[in-house]
Amino acid sequence: MAKESKKNKKAADHPQIAKTPTGITGLDEITGGGIPAGRPTLICGEAGCGKTLVSLEFIVRGAIEFNEPGVFMAFEEKAEELAMNAGSLGFNLEQLQKDKKLKIDYVHVDRSEIEETGEYDLDGLFIRLGYAIDTIGAKRVVLDTIENLFAGLTNQGILRAELRRLFQWLKEKGVTAMITGERGEGPSLTRQGLEEYVSDCVILLDHRVINQISTRRLRIVKYRGSVHGTNEYPFLIDEDGISVLPVTSLRLEKEVSSDRVSSGIPSLDKMLCGKGFFKGGSVLVSGTAGTGKTSIAACFANEICNQKQRCLYFAFEESPRQIIRNMHSISMDLQMHVDNGLLQFMASRPTLHGLEQHLVAMHKLIKRFKPQAVVLDPITNLITVGSVSEVKAMLIRLIDFLQEEQITVMFTALTLNSVVTEQTDEGVSSLVDAWILVRDIEFNGERNRGMYIMKSRGMKHSNQVREFIITDKGIDLVEVYLGPEGVLTGSAREAQKLQEQTGEVLRSHAMSVKDREVLRKRKVLEAKIAGLQSEFESAEEELNKIYIEEELVKKVAEGNRQEMLKLRRGDQGGNDRKVKSNENKRI
Amino acid sequence: MKTKEYKYELRLYIAGKTAKSQLALANLNKYCEEYLEGEYKIEVIDLLIKPQLAEGDQIFAVPTLVRKVPEPIRKVIGDLSNEEKVLVGLNIRPANKK
Repeated sequence: MAKESKKNKKAADHPQIAKTPTGITGLDEITGGGIPAGRPTLICGEAGCGKTLVSLEFIVRGAIEFNEPGVFMAFEEKAEELAMNAGSLGFNLEQLQKDKKLKIDYVHVDRSEIEETGEYDLDGLFIRLGYAIDTIGAKRVVLDTIENLFAGLTNQGILRAELRRLFQWLKEKGVTAMITGERGEGPSLTRQGLEEYVSDCVILLDHRVINQISTRRLRIVKYRGSVHGTNEYPFLIDEDGISVLPVTSLRLEKEVSSDRVSSGIPSLDKMLCGKGFFKGGSVLVSGTAGTGKTSIAACFANEICNQKQRCLYFAFEESPRQIIRNMHSISMDLQMHVDNGLLQFMASRPTLHGLEQHLVAMHKLIKRFKPQAVVLDPITNLITVGSVSEVKAMLIRLIDFLQEEQITVMFTALTLNSVVTEQTDEGVSSLVDAWILVRDIEFNGERNRGMYIMKSRGMKHSNQVREFIITDKGIDLVEVYLGPEGVLTGSAREAQKLQEQTGEVLRSHAMSVKDREVLRKRKVLEAKIAGLQSEFESAEEELNKIYIEEELVKKVAEGNRQEMLKLRRGDQGGNDRKVKSNENKRI
Repeated sequence: MKTKEYKYELRLYIAGKTAKSQLALANLNKYCEEYLEGEYKIEVIDLLIKPQLAEGDQIFAVPTLVRKVPEPIRKVIGDLSNEEKVLVGLNIRPANKK
């Protein structure tokens, strides 16, 4: 057990296979570092799928970027033809040959010139190749296309034996070789079964035309002793050579930023937690035709440029001038940013080239311009070029790439007026970080725009539907009127507002009338209260008067009795006088 | 190369003194004596010694016999064991019925 774990550790410390980077964009990524060093690799594919260019770029990049001189043994094209072909990719083969970094050896095999008699071997080829390798100290070798020997020579038995010996010999030489072979019929990868001899790494190239648009694809059929991407990867040949595009980066471990980027519409920012989108995030603006998607996108671009940052605008529908003119009408001056070099437009019809080419073109521009934000307007048009899944795959790759570069991207997408408006045609809604939906609200004989945020990852966004208005001064969002009759927008909202104002006036008028009546009633009541009070006071006075009189009588009677007592000086007289006084009271 | 009046100028490319190259040289000498007596010149080039010469005559197999003169260039590869093929390849009509 312990031994085993030790062994594993050792294996992890030492990669099993040394790799030679090809220098071809993307290919090294898929192969995990390049093709096996010191071994032959087979490149096969049909005619015209780019075998020669792949191998040529391998040699040239090796010579230029990795300082590994290379020998290109051509069986098909002459050195001059190759130099011309390479010139179209921007490689100067002549100069490289002068610098002893490259050697092109053209092997001419012509059946009409050759007669075979008896035993022979291919030592001549070995010697030529060996000589070429030794004169420039080559580390890389290309044999393009060695199968041509089969066309020139008839003795297949010898040829096969010699090829086996050749590949063995190449391995012994320690050169990294690339051998090209024409795609055979049926399941065989090459016409002459070269894959039998070259078993370490086999790369298959393919060239397909779907919907009149051609796409080149590359697949690693096998790579002995190494992990590799197994998918079919589209690749492109353009003026900078070959670019292979991995469909997705293999991992999801990108840097994220919690910085925010304003959308350029203050009220929209407010809906997004008051700050806007996340930097490096992806934003989708979808909506039906004429809902102002381009205006939102332009607004965003404008804002980025106002922050003195660069923005790249890919327009697939309108020309830059058209966009600039149209945005003038909502008082947005994009021309100024274009002049300052902050805003760059890249307008092309989607059908100009295939999706892959679009992607590569975007990659290149983005790498060159280094923008902080990118706008794609609209992605829906790309669907004319590829299928939904292809567009989606392309957008995934684009988003991956942009996130890696920390570039904020805004897509606009047209949704059809169907039942499922909550799904964009491209199915990218699950990929994006924020999704803003602009939709028509048709009511009362007019169409108005409503906007809401369907999702916004990582922030507490508003759940409200806002009315989205485009005025001479720009874009703004208004709260929609939520009345008893539902959501009101546009003139209906204004009408409702007016109606409410009238109601207010009427109500206040009615209120004042009522108030006055109350006042009057109060006055009446108060008057009544005063009357009653005075009545009560007079009654009270009356009563009080009786009391006082009685009191007075009592006092007087007491006084009298005292007087009488004084006068009589007798005990009985007291009682009599009491009765008397009682009688007196009754009267 | 002192004289240039030979009707046939032949070059035999070999790679070391292998059995095949020895056989080819022996065969070539035999045919030439038989059919081109006095009209030929043979130059033997060992590519192990002069590998840079392989490219000029487009040699990839050894042994290869190249007919430099008369034009056009013709090549015969192999140990030249098939007499008829060599003669056809070099465009030498056999004097006798063969």
